[in-house]
Amino acid sequence: MTIVGLTGDEAIAYAVKQSKVDIVAAYPITPQTIMVERFSKYVADGEVYTGYVCVESEHSALSACVGASLTGARVFTATASQGLALMHEMLYIASGLRCPIVMGVANRALSAPINIHGDQSDMMGSRDSGWIQIYAENAQEAYDWTIQAFKLAEDRDVQLPVSVNIDGFIISHSMEGVDVLEDEVIGKFLQSRKPLFTMDPEKPITVGALCFTDYYFEFKRQQVEAMQNARGVLDKVCKDYKGISGRNYGAIDTFGMEDADAAIICLGSTAGTAKEVARKFRAQGKKVGAIKLWLYRPFPSKELIEAAKHAKALAVFDKAISFGAPYGALCTDVVSALHELEERPRIFNVIYGLGGRDIQPSEIELVFNRALEIAQTGVVKESTVFLGVRE
Amino acid sequence: MGAVVLEAGSSLKYKTGDWRAFRPVVDAGKCVNCLLCWIYCPDSAVVRKEKWIEINYDYCKGCGICAHECPKEVIKMVDEQR
Repeated sequence: MTIVGLTGDEAIAYAVKQSKVDIVAAYPITPQTIMVERFSKYVADGEVYTGYVCVESEHSALSACVGASLTGARVFTATASQGLALMHEMLYIASGLRCPIVMGVANRALSAPINIHGDQSDMMGSRDSGWIQIYAENAQEAYDWTIQAFKLAEDRDVQLPVSVNIDGFIISHSMEGVDVLEDEVIGKFLQSRKPLFTMDPEKPITVGALCFTDYYFEFKRQQVEAMQNARGVLDKVCKDYKGISGRNYGAIDTFGMEDADAAIICLGSTAGTAKEVARKFRAQGKKVGAIKLWLYRPFPSKELIEAAKHAKALAVFDKAISFGAPYGALCTDVVSALHELEERPRIFNVIYGLGGRDIQPSEIELVFNRALEIAQTGVVKESTVFLGVRE
Repeated sequence: MGAVVLEAGSSLKYKTGDWRAFRPVVDAGKCVNCLLCWIYCPDSAVVRKEKWIEINYDYCKGCGICAHECPKEVIKMVDEQR
């Protein structure tokens, strides 16, 4: 066991280094910068054989990645916020052309007003782009998921791009002890990519050809299939990874859901605070729990139903707004997933942390208390709560 | 998968003629074989023949440029009535 001090960004860069990536094309943007900064140092110091493509924008970064991925290379990029927004059209091309690119995203608020701090508006705005989305709670998870992401993306039955998301600054810039694996161990776990097609001048192929009313729909249907396949493949990848690391991952992580009356559902770093507060409540004999979704796309409906079906009240945390929608994106998905249950928990939405506003344990306590009250009365007075806002 | 085309030159198999709403019909006897239509056709769907031109309806999309450019006005655009 080797523990090293790494920030979330550095943990991802270290994992990418060990994953023997062929090409990295990325453009720096706060709070993702350290990912590319650290990785370009590995390149400059000759610690990796990776080709590093300097580009003039995120649009070009992902374009270069798509091209590289189509040649059969293992490819990584990273971005955040406005950078991800600038990549937007290429996101669909990467998934549509079935490029298993892995992208580190240090989630950050979107302009305007300009803000560099962490919320999940950037990736939530791209949630229909056909990318698998994983959210890590801390630097350790960021490291572990990055390695697993390559194996998931490149699986024969998946062939889809994967984003590994970490909360800007909270995770990206906080240094933690990270248990890193040996290069050889990862080398065995993650063998070189076996592409289904490659760009070879001897055997020319066409990619990105025109597809109208006659075939487009079928290709989209294939992407749906690949997303569904990703669920099973993820479990297999996590099982293999547990074998080499001893760390247990999956689609969701739960705390106290065996008998919880009230629970919090969230993504990323907030889960740590939620679990800590839940422990405190448990010590007082209050039956609360927490569900953290590691996997957001494909949405782990089955696991969520299994974990949440006995709860009476759920507070779903969204660190992003979907303006004009009934709920935030995560809450909308949770409501949809639980719809098929005959007896459903009462659900309310908590919008929080926009523009990086800190979330305190005391605020989580408020939410747990409200959820416990709803569990008892069965009445949701306010379907959306804006937590920690001045109004 | 990923809309990859594994062989070269396969666009020939894509018969774009079925996009056509109007078909160009040549009054062959009056064609003077000036070949302006052959030059202007964006889809290379005008075929040169000994004395006049013919249209390759497999690829003609019916844009009507040939009829517009014909100095003798012997190409008529006829509704496909689909």
